[in-house]
Amino acid sequence: MYRAAVIGDRDSIYGFAALGLDVNIIEHGEDPAPVFKRLCEGEYAVIYVTEALASELAPKIEHYQEQKTPAIILIPGVTGNTGEGINAVKKSVEKAVGSDIIFNT
Amino acid sequence: MATTQVNPTRMELTRLKKKLVTAIRGHKLLKDKRDELMRQFLDLVRENKELREKVEKGIERANKNFVLARASMSEEVLYTALLAPKQDVSIEVSEKNVMSVDIPVFDIKTRTPDKNDIFSYGFAFTSADLDDAIESLSDVLPDMLKLAEVEKSCQLMASEIEKTRRRVNALEHVMIPDTQEKIKYITMKLDENERSTQTRLMKVKDMMLKEAHGY
Repeated sequence: MYRAAVIGDRDSIYGFAALGLDVNIIEHGEDPAPVFKRLCEGEYAVIYVTEALASELAPKIEHYQEQKTPAIILIPGVTGNTGEGINAVKKSVEKAVGSDIIFNT
Repeated sequence: MATTQVNPTRMELTRLKKKLVTAIRGHKLLKDKRDELMRQFLDLVRENKELREKVEKGIERANKNFVLARASMSEEVLYTALLAPKQDVSIEVSEKNVMSVDIPVFDIKTRTPDKNDIFSYGFAFTSADLDDAIESLSDVLPDMLKLAEVEKSCQLMASEIEKTRRRVNALEHVMIPDTQEKIKYITMKLDENERSTQTRLMKVKDMMLKEAHGY
C-alpha cells in the first residue's frame, strides 16, 4: 500500500496535513536532497513538490521520471505560480513530438 | 553510402535478403506502434493540461484561504489544530499496459469517506477561515491525485515515444538503405563474375576452334 507525500516550505504545504498526506517541511536554507531521497525510496506513489523546491531538485526529479513510481508532481507554492509545473508538461510534449504543439496556441 | 567490406557470395546475399525482409517488417510494426502511442499521448497530454490548470487554480485559491486563516489565528493554535490528521490517504498502484508501456493506475482510498468529517480539531479555538481553507484544499485533492496519474503516464509515454521514434528512424534511414545497397553490390558483383566467366569460355572456345580447324 502506497501513500502520498508533500515536500516544500511550511507555509505552502502545512494544509495538506489535514488531508492525510505526509507533510515534509523544508526550512529555509535547509538542503532538501536527503529528505527527497528518503521519500523517493520509501513507500510513496505520489510526491508533490513545490515549484520553488523543484528547481533545486531538478536533476533528481529527472532521474525518477522514467520509473513507474513515484510520480513526482510540481505544485505551486504560496508565493505564486512560477509556471514550472506546466513547463514540465510542455517538456514531455517536446520530447515526444519534437515540437510543442499543444501549448503554443 | 560506400559499401564497406561485404563478401560477394551467394550465401551473404541470401543472408542480407532475409535481413532486409525482417528490417522492413520491423520498421512497419514500429511505425504503427509510434503512431498509436502518439495518438494516445496527445489525448492524455490534453487531459493533463486541463487537469493541471484546474489544480493550480484550486491550490492558489486554497493558499489564499490559508493565508487568511493564518492571519486570524496564532501560529501555535494553527499547527496544533493540524497536528493529528483525521483523514488518511492511501494509494493502491496497479498498472495498465498501453502499447507495451506500463502506465500506473492509482486507486485512492481515504479513511473517512464523509467529506465533512475531515476536520481534525474542535471548532472552538480555530477561525472559520481555516475550515474554508481545508475544505477548498480537500476539493482539489481528487484532481491532484488524478493529475499525478495522468502526468506520470505522460512522462512514461513520452520517453517510450522518443525511443520508438529513434528506432524507426534508424531502420528507415540507416539500416534499410544500407542493406539494400549491399544487396545491390553483391548482385552486381555476381553478375559481373558470371559475364567474365562467359567471355572467358567464349574466348577459349574460339582459341580451340582456331587450333582445330585453322581459322
